[in-house]
Formats: sequence, C-alpha cells, structure tokens
Amino acid sequence: MQYGFFIDAKYCVGCKTCQIACKDRSDLAVGQLFRKVNNYEDGGWVKRGEAWISNVTSYWLSISCNHCANPACVKACPTGAMYKRTEDGLVLHNAADCVGCQSCVWACPYDAPQYNPEVGKVHKCDGCIDRVQAGLRPVCVDACPYQLIDFGDIAELRAKHEGTAHVKGLADPNRTTPSLLVNPPTGAISSPIGGNRK
Amino acid sequence: MKLPEVSRRSFLKWSAVVGAGAAIGGASMAKGGLKVLEGTAEAAGTPVPDKVVWQQCTVNCGGYSCALKLHVKDDVIIRVDTDQEDRPGFPAMRACQRGRATRQFVYSPDRLKQPMKRVGKRGEGKFEPITWDEAYTLIAENLDRIIKTYGNHAVYNHYASGTDGTTRTSIPRLLNMLGGYLNYYGTYSSACYSWAAPYTYGGTPYNSSDDLVNSRLIVLFANNAGETQPGGGNEFYWQMQAKKAGAKIIVVDPRLSDTAKAIADEWIPIRPTTDNALMDALAYVMITENLHDQAFLDKYCIGFDDEHLPPSAPPKSSYKSYVLGEADGVPKTPEWAEAITGVPRETIVRLAREIALTKPCALIQNLGWQRHAYGEQPVRGLPVLAAMTGNIGVKGGGTGLRDGRKNAPSPSIPAGTNPVKASIPVFMWTEAIVRGTELTAKDGLRGVDRLESNIKFIWNYGGNTLINQHSDTRDTHRILQDESLCEFIVVHDVMMTPSARYADVLLPDATSYERLHLGRGSTNVMGDRYYLGVPAITPLFDVKTNYEVCAGVAEKLGIGDKFTEGKTWEDWCREAIAAVVAKNPGFPTWEQLLKDPIVRGTEVEPIIGLASFVADPEKNPLSTPSGKIEIYSEQLAELAAQRGNADELPPIPKYIPSWEGPQDPLREKYPIQLVGHHVKRRVHSTHDNNPWLEEVEPQMITLNELDAAERGIKDGDMVRVWNDRGEIHVRCRVSKAIMPGVADLPQGAWYTPNGSGVDVRGCINTVTKYHPTPGAKGNPQHTNLVQVAKL
Repeated sequence: MQYGFFIDAKYCVGCKTCQIACKDRSDLAVGQLFRKVNNYEDGGWVKRGEAWISNVTSYWLSISCNHCANPACVKACPTGAMYKRTEDGLVLHNAADCVGCQSCVWACPYDAPQYNPEVGKVHKCDGCIDRVQAGLRPVCVDACPYQLIDFGDIAELRAKHEGTAHVKGLADPNRTTPSLLVNPPTGAISSPIGGNRK
Repeated sequence: MKLPEVSRRSFLKWSAVVGAGAAIGGASMAKGGLKVLEGTAEAAGTPVPDKVVWQQCTVNCGGYSCALKLHVKDDVIIRVDTDQEDRPGFPAMRACQRGRATRQFVYSPDRLKQPMKRVGKRGEGKFEPITWDEAYTLIAENLDRIIKTYGNHAVYNHYASGTDGTTRTSIPRLLNMLGGYLNYYGTYSSACYSWAAPYTYGGTPYNSSDDLVNSRLIVLFANNAGETQPGGGNEFYWQMQAKKAGAKIIVVDPRLSDTAKAIADEWIPIRPTTDNALMDALAYVMITENLHDQAFLDKYCIGFDDEHLPPSAPPKSSYKSYVLGEADGVPKTPEWAEAITGVPRETIVRLAREIALTKPCALIQNLGWQRHAYGEQPVRGLPVLAAMTGNIGVKGGGTGLRDGRKNAPSPSIPAGTNPVKASIPVFMWTEAIVRGTELTAKDGLRGVDRLESNIKFIWNYGGNTLINQHSDTRDTHRILQDESLCEFIVVHDVMMTPSARYADVLLPDATSYERLHLGRGSTNVMGDRYYLGVPAITPLFDVKTNYEVCAGVAEKLGIGDKFTEGKTWEDWCREAIAAVVAKNPGFPTWEQLLKDPIVRGTEVEPIIGLASFVADPEKNPLSTPSGKIEIYSEQLAELAAQRGNADELPPIPKYIPSWEGPQDPLREKYPIQLVGHHVKRRVHSTHDNNPWLEEVEPQMITLNELDAAERGIKDGDMVRVWNDRGEIHVRCRVSKAIMPGVADLPQGAWYTPNGSGVDVRGCINTVTKYHPTPGAKGNPQHTNLVQVAKL
C-alpha cells in the first residue's frame, strides 16, 4: 500500500488554509513549510491603442511531501535518517540519525524536506500519521474549506479522482514517481517547469 | 513605546506549550521546531488537550462566523481545529487561514497588557501604566466635563469592526444613559452601496448565494469572495458549486484575483473607476442590436427610455437617451468605452451579446467598486443591465446587486434609546472634529440642522480607523494630534495598533476566545449560525472586557447600578438568548447551546429577490416613490438640486470621469492607478501583525511586468510609491496578474511612519485622499494616482 495525496487544483483559490493548519499541527516556525501553496503565472499583455489584450493564466498548487515511490531524498541521505516505510509508503525522517547535511533538501524536486536552522536538522511532512492511525484525516485534508485535498491509498485515489502529476509548475514526475494526483487547472497539463513559480 | 513588564502569568509557560507562538519572540521558535524533531515521525503525536472549546472567529471579513474548535491544555490554546459537519446545502463552517492562525493572534507580543495613560504628545505613542480605577476615573471625569461643556453632540462612539457580537452594545448603553452621543450612518465597507441601491429598488433585494447553481452565466464585478471570505460556507463555496454545475463564470476586475484564478472562464481586466463606461457600452450594444427585454423594462421600470420618464424629468434624460448620446452627442459605443476602460471593443460586444442571450444570467457586484470617487454610480448601473436582460425575480438571475444570505435571529443586550438624533456619514468624523458645527444636510448631516458641537470625545473600541483605515494619514495625524480639537480619546483594543497610539487612555481588551461571546445573526452563513462561544482560556494579562470597562466608568459616574442592573455579563447573555428563543420557537436554549453552540440552518430553498414584485407589480410594489425599479430617480434629481452637484449625482447611473482616474490630467505626473484590495492574509488591519499570515502573503505592492520593466524594477525589489499626500516604501511583486497601469497595495497594513514620515509598512491611506463621495459621502479608497520607482 502506498499513501498519497489528491489535489483538486482546478478550484483551488490559494487561501493557504492547508498551509496554516499544517503549521498549527506541527508547531512550525516562520520559514518552515511542510505544505506550501505556490502560484503559477503564464501568458502576457499587448497594447492596441488604449485597449489591453492579454492571455494571462494563473493558478495555485498546494504541494507537500508526495511520499514518492522513488524518493530522491531517501537516495540522497547519507545516514539513512530519511527512509521509506514499507507498510504504507510514507517517507519519514529519523531525527536521531540526521546530521543536517541537507542532501535531501537539495535532492527533493518538491521542496518537501525542511532544514531547520534552529536545530541544524531536517524535518518534513509525515502524512499526519498520528492522526491517520487514529482514524482521522491529515490536518490539511480536514482544513481545506472547499474539500479539495484527499489522502489515502494512491491506487484508490487514482480510481476515485481524475488527475495527473504532469502539471506546469511541478517537477517532471518521472524523476521520483510522486504519490500525487492533481486535477489540473485548465491549461496546466504540460511539460515540466515553465512560466514563473511564485 | 514603553510597555510594562507582565507579571500576571508566565511567558515561559506559554512558550513551552505554544511552541511557535511568538509570545517571547524568536526564542520560542526553536522549541516549535524541536518538538517535531524529538518526536520523529513514527512516534509523533499531537498533544492531548485537557478540553476542546467551541469558539467563533470574530474578525470582520463579512463572513463573521466560522467555527473554531480550540484545543486547550494547561489553560493554553495548543491547536485550532474547525467544524467538519457537512450536510446537503449546508457545508461545514470551516475556518479559513486567518481563523486557523488564531494562536499567533492570542499570544501576540503586540497584545495590550494593562491600562495606560498618555504621557507624551498625542500620537507619539508614549504611555505609562495606571490602575483600572485610575482609568475609569479619567474617562468618567472627561466624559462628564465634555458633556457639561459642549453637550452630547460632542461625544462620538467611533465606527469599528475589529470585534463584533453583543459586546459592542455596552458603549451605546452607557452613553445613552448619559444623554446620548453623535451617531454615524454607513460603513467604511459599503457606504455607497447601502446609500445608492435603495434609490433604484427602495432597498437592497438579492438572490441568495445558493441560487447561483441555477445560473448559466455568472458575471462577477468587483467580487472576490475567495480572498475576502475564504471560510467554508460562504459565497465562494456557492460560486464553486455553480461552476461545477456547468455555469460559465466571467470576472471583471483590474486584478486577476484568486477568485478569478480558481473559477473564472474569462477574466476581463478594467481600469479602476471606469466600470460604468463598460456597463454603458454593454447597454449600447444591447440597445442597438435590439437584444434587450423591452417588455420587462416597460412593465417594471421607470426611466429606461424617454417614454417611461417621470413627469418632472427633462426630455432626453432617460438612460437610453444617455447611452445613445441623444443629449450630449456622445454615443456610449464600445469604441468610446475601450478608450476609457482599456477593455477591447470586441470583448465588449461579445460580452454584451453573451449577457443578453444567456438565460438565466446572474450579474453580481460586490463592494470594491463602490469605494471610489463616484462609488454611487456602479451600484445603480449594474441593476440596469439586470433589468434590460429580464433577469430580475427569476431563479439563476438576480437584481444586479450583491448576492446575499438567509437571515438568522441576532441576540443583543438592551442599549436603550439614543436621545441624540444627529448622525454624520461614517467617513466624515475627522471633518466633524474640525468643523462639525458647520456641517449641514448638504454634507450628509442627518437628524438635525446643525450640530451643537464639534467632536470632542472619541470612544474607539476594537478599531483601527482612528488613523490606519481612514484616508490621508498625514492629515488625520494633524487633526488628532491637536488636543484643542478632540480633547479626549479612549482606545480599548487587543493590540497595540497604529490607532492605539492616539489614545489618551489606552485599555487592554480580552480576545473573544477569553470571554463569553454571542455571535451576531444578521449576516449568517446560509442559515447556519454559530451563537455561543464560552471562554477557552483565562484572560491573559490584566485585560478587561468592554462590559466591565463600561460598568467601571458607570460606577464612577454614579450610575453603576443603573448600568448593570446588578447583572453579570453572563446574566445579560442568558437573557439575550432567552429573548431570541421567545421570538423564535425551536431556537436552542442556553443549556442546549452550551452542549452544541452551532445553530444549524434548515432553510433549503434559495431566496429569489423581487419574485413577488415581478409576479404582481401592482399588488407588490417596491418602496420606491413610483413603486417600480427606478432607473431614473426623481429623489436623486431633487437631492442633487439641493446639494448643487447634479454633475456628480445624476438621476440615472452614468460614467463620471473620476478625479485621479485614468482621464485625470494628473496622470501625467502620477501615471499609476493604485487600488487596495482586501487581501486574504488580513481582515482589514486585523492579523497584519500575525507572523504566519505574513508568511502567507507578505505586504507588497503588485505591479504589472510591463510597468515594472519600464521602471527597471525586478520582482522583490524595494520601491517607493508616492504622490503629493505621502510616500510609502515597500517591496514589489512583479506580476502578470494585474492590468498594466494599475498597481495594487492591499489595504490594512499597519501605518508605520519612519522619522521622515515615510510609511515603511505599506499603509495605502498614506497616499489616499480625504474626499467624500458626492452622494453617500463615502470613502473613495480605490481612487489614487501615484508614481512608483525603484528605491
């Protein structure tokens, strides 16, 4: 079994309630984001006389750790502190073994591992395993005012929702095989990395 | 500012439990990070709370009522959770990012901690601690002196929306017992809207938001519910449902708002202050292509064409005559509108046909566009298009005003009656300080011919309008600083806001999470209403609630017993709920509310505004003078004649070129139109000091990439923004998502002048003009010409 996230980005208003709820649950200081919501912009403007003609598109993407099938962070970690749990595929981190080298931070194409300068170690999204084990949903799933995030067995999520991980503004999924399904905003499906992420 | 040491409770205790809470600044951050690390993932656990307390987010987003489920351990809030009960038609009231960041608000280092009195010059921000007894005495003495010297017109209970609910009633209750106070009408949010719409409709009728799912086309004007009220159950939720149900959504806005990003099929950027020109051209296309619903206009409206004008109206004064240019020789063609609005003519033609031919179509406005120099005009302009397309009184259509909600009963404590009948437009309080006795009906003064006194006493509770949210900070500062003008200012608030710096007596308030709180029922969430919040934690510091403060002042004035009637705050709240129950059978009792404080809605059918009028206009006339929809308003014509400003206050809605609009010659010097939208990370100025929300969206000015390139500005650069009124230094976000020639500096940032008087935080009112609108005398906050340069 492999846990993963579904994001209905088509309707995401970018409120970042998921981001704040995650910070609240994990007591994260400013600068530490297990889940973050990035804006993507594309298109441009042309003036014709006094009129402005544009083809601007923009949307939000809420992304945390995607608990990848081939996690780059685990491969990069020299001490084994970053590991993938066999029973549910969650990518977890053992602080006791972390030397704070940040190899995982540089390796991850989704900015999931967060280096905490206060303690010189890394920490990251753990899929709210304490909540999940208690029969609850991850806090970001509960928090979304419009219920646009889902969590569970990625195979079940793929059966339940339309989606892709090939989304403009996200890394090429072939690199790490993320356990991620995104219902893309119109015009968002495309080649990896383009436009401006903000 | 000198703040006293806090002794009542230990900072260390909070920081240990609160973690990232900024109670002792940076030092607590490490603990926040460490706790997660120490747990490691597999052993991680959320601390087990001692208790879970339901409370309500009380900031004034217009949604008002999201449920907060506070997890409390050792008398400290350790987590914020929310409602999860979804029912068909009634989504759970899930808190938004602001409510979720509540811990950073409650445990903010900016909290006021004990009563203080001013020791420096007013506005300098120098205070020294006093006792509550001294505070009550100072307020009572000054209130008594000012009423005896100047009369009750001199006492002003200031507009504020930083906290709401029943607590607000305490000040009117006290002041009414002392002979009353000068009132205000309108709000900073909606002055032009609530003033102008009744001239068309006799009121503000609407279809409720849940009716949007019945629309095939929705056109949103100045409507950004996804950012202003992102909490569950509000307008954006229904816009999303409508989109899912297959409606096409078009957003007209100078910004590609987050709402537009999420749900718009098309975004039509437009220059601020020019929406009426767009609407006039849409009407032109409909009229010349004969796409309008003449039968509806003939039956239900006054003044669309010359055949349906009231007898007093001059010839060629109808809306149709204006649009066709029969009086002024200027037909309001798409070409004409393109030059003004920046919207391409072919877009206007296509939009007009789409609106006219798609049934039902909901044309929906919100409040952004009525906060400009001629904010009365768009409010009345969109209903004309709704009438021209026959969408009024039908499912999936609407009145062209705002969509709305279903009402719920509202508890209150008795405030008595104000013996003073005088009221001023809300925006004009600074003018009433300087020349109150000179104000007349022409200035919008109501209830009396003249005021007996200028404002001499201000009670500012839970508000930041004293400087931050009022136009022209430099001039407001000048007026407030002069102690010979307004002689005494009480500020009672949770935070050390910019407005608090102007207090003579500065009092610390409890947050709503530290006191018994009754929700307000006037703007409910689709029938759901959250009513009762019990205190989650012991109040921090030496704070007192507004009821306690008013009771303390009443005691000093010798009317303590009369004010309290021997009752505690809880007694009043119980009585208020009992009164609601008496009027609304089935409403939960106090005891039931203690068990489940959320009152769930039952009203499933949407409200269809003016349905009965449209069904039978003879039997169900509107409360306008004609009983019909007044596209031409005789009342407005008369008022404009009295005020002598017919050019600015026409009887039909019109495009009026705005001062500091795109057609003002001043644009040569200050080429950028600056707007200040309501940003998602704050509610007005509340939460501006919240570090988690600053991370969500740092205060920046947004500039189009073309304007930025012209100025050599790169994304993230510091820039200066200025005009003749002031200067701001702020970081710049370079973006495609705003129209060229327009910049956006979100309103509400805390005014932070440096030694040279330059605002270094990004308070838009540093550059906005004090210039009341011609009708409502409302605030024109989105009307600013500025220049921007790299710093």
